[in-house]
Amino acid sequence: MALNLKELSKKRELLSPGHRACSGCGSILAIRQVMMAVEGPVVVGFATGCMEVVTTVYPYTAWRVPYIHNAFENVAATMSGVETAYRAARKQGKISEDVKFIAFGGDGGTYDIGLQSLSGAMERGHDLLYVCYNNEAYMNTGIQRSSSTPFAAATSTCPVGDVELGKTQHSKDLTAIMAAHDIPYVAQATPHNWRDLIGKVKKALAIRGPKFINISASCFRGWRLPPHLSVDVSRLAVETCFWPLYEVENGEWKLNYKPKEKLPIAELFKLQGRFSHIFEEANRELLDQAQAFVDRKWEDLLKRTGDKVQKVLA
Amino acid sequence: MKTLEMKTLALTGNESGAEAMRQIDPEVVAAYPITPQTELMHKFAEFAADGKVATEMILVESEHSAMSACVGASAAGSRVMTATSSAGLALMWEIVYVAASNRLPIVMPVVNRALSAPINIHCDHADSMGCRDSGWIQLYSEDGQEVYDNIIQAVRIAENDGILLPVMVTFDGFIISHTMARVDVLPDKAVRKFIGERTPLHPLLDVNKPVTYGPLDLQDYYFEHKKQQAEAMRSAGAVIKAVGKEYGELSGREYGFFDEYLTSDADFIILALGSTAGTAKAAADELRSAGEKVGVLKLRVFRPFPAEELAAALAGARAIAVLDRSEGFSGIGGPVFQEVRSALYRRYQIPVSGYVYGLGGRDINVEMIASIYGDLKAGRYHEDKAAHFGVRE
Repeated sequence: MALNLKELSKKRELLSPGHRACSGCGSILAIRQVMMAVEGPVVVGFATGCMEVVTTVYPYTAWRVPYIHNAFENVAATMSGVETAYRAARKQGKISEDVKFIAFGGDGGTYDIGLQSLSGAMERGHDLLYVCYNNEAYMNTGIQRSSSTPFAAATSTCPVGDVELGKTQHSKDLTAIMAAHDIPYVAQATPHNWRDLIGKVKKALAIRGPKFINISASCFRGWRLPPHLSVDVSRLAVETCFWPLYEVENGEWKLNYKPKEKLPIAELFKLQGRFSHIFEEANRELLDQAQAFVDRKWEDLLKRTGDKVQKVLA
Repeated sequence: MKTLEMKTLALTGNESGAEAMRQIDPEVVAAYPITPQTELMHKFAEFAADGKVATEMILVESEHSAMSACVGASAAGSRVMTATSSAGLALMWEIVYVAASNRLPIVMPVVNRALSAPINIHCDHADSMGCRDSGWIQLYSEDGQEVYDNIIQAVRIAENDGILLPVMVTFDGFIISHTMARVDVLPDKAVRKFIGERTPLHPLLDVNKPVTYGPLDLQDYYFEHKKQQAEAMRSAGAVIKAVGKEYGELSGREYGFFDEYLTSDADFIILALGSTAGTAKAAADELRSAGEKVGVLKLRVFRPFPAEELAAALAGARAIAVLDRSEGFSGIGGPVFQEVRSALYRRYQIPVSGYVYGLGGRDINVEMIASIYGDLKAGRYHEDKAAHFGVRE
């Protein structure tokens, strides 16, 4: 199938409408786009989190494909079990279909509590795509900080107070950590660039073995953002090089998009109420620190990928 | 019906468990090492490496992931096993509940070992007793033979369509797991026939009939689901008995909820689980030869708790001592003591004396058991608070 909107609009949605996600939710857009890339049978697994909650309130389900949720920290291990059961069934001739497996987790369930389970599943080499919908905090439980929360962002557990001014640490580079697992495919994406995102999922699903895609997905509640800007903010994350689009294929790092003009991080942060304190004159140093971190990470990335932009060819 | 010809082997408890697993040939086994369970999985891994089983092994990075992978594989439709001990079971805890609540018929040998702290690798029942309320069926084994027999029966019990609950088969760390003894094993074919194929009800891998496992279940439905689960546990007793009877016809070794040893005319009965029941039987033999009317009741099935049958079996005794190999920290006594007392309540007025013993692998011997019978005979009961038995004051 050609990757264009006309063709995608004809495709049966595997995640049906009627789920309970907020209007303006970036994560549900990301997951919908991931599912649009799927051809043929698939089993999905979810870590506990917003997307698990909003798509499966008993006795309803928004899933038109087999779905399992086990707990918060173990979707990768759970899907290891499903994928292994599939191999056992194939070996015995009990199943003939070619089935794909996708595990989804938020940043809490992936960067933090589920990191061991994810690392184990990737190391064991299961034929499994893991997708992190990364909205940079524990949004389901009320916007607590995670190791993915950016520097200086205010959350429920690192609020802006008289002494503390939001998160004091930078976010963890999980995509690089997954690349260090030497798995066949690792990528970053965002839903504003659906062609890139869907292309990456298609590419990943065509590869045998463990794959990981980290998708930056906005949460207007947690980011203190007008809901109609949830896609624009993704675009700005890429244009500021805060969330570069790249992939690591069999150890080769490829840049998928390079902004014509790298925008200052302030352009991304000023839309979001969680950063409003860093625009106060007394706190300008925080903005400078955030910019310096993004600059360093971007330079590091360019050293790995080179300057050349390579579009995703699924 | 004529029972089948057995092969007699000399096996440790762990090897006996591995032999049962070889014959069961589960489709998926997830494993993570912990003492004293390790040798069971070493042996089973050898079977897998030699092609003696078709099992797909998942060598996970923790017990939490072992149970998580078991949940995924069992929901997918596979026959699934794992094994653990002590801290491993404690780490699995959250998912032990998920397995039972999703009605997944996983079978798990638990090689009993004390929980930390202080760290201790030897036997007590703190691990499996700690998850007595997790919704798993629990079968306790006295020796290597029972390890083998219980694991095979566990598959049939767990996968019964009316039950669909996971089963823990426990045996005492080192005392049974590392002790070689005689085990009579059935022919492979007989085991395969006895357990049959698993026919999963709503497997995740049936891609043409998609199902959702593990939805959010709130005030309007959760309670009904818990009641169904409780009813499955209540119904499990009849299935455990029927499977035990059928297994008896096959092997000559019939199993029920408990094993009564010299209890029919006994004035004083000691109730124990696991290997200590064997020690108690030896003590009862000695005292019987001296004319004392003593007996032993070995409890095999702790979940579901066979309250009515157990009370009836104890009805004729003048006093009962209950031996708990875990503390429980209730301030009253161990979990077995409390369940037995509750089973007798308003049925029979019999003194029940509680003993907590053998923690962290502390030895118990025939003389010690004989002294408990002596306490019962002398009317020295520990009814309100269980005694700590065999501990230095």
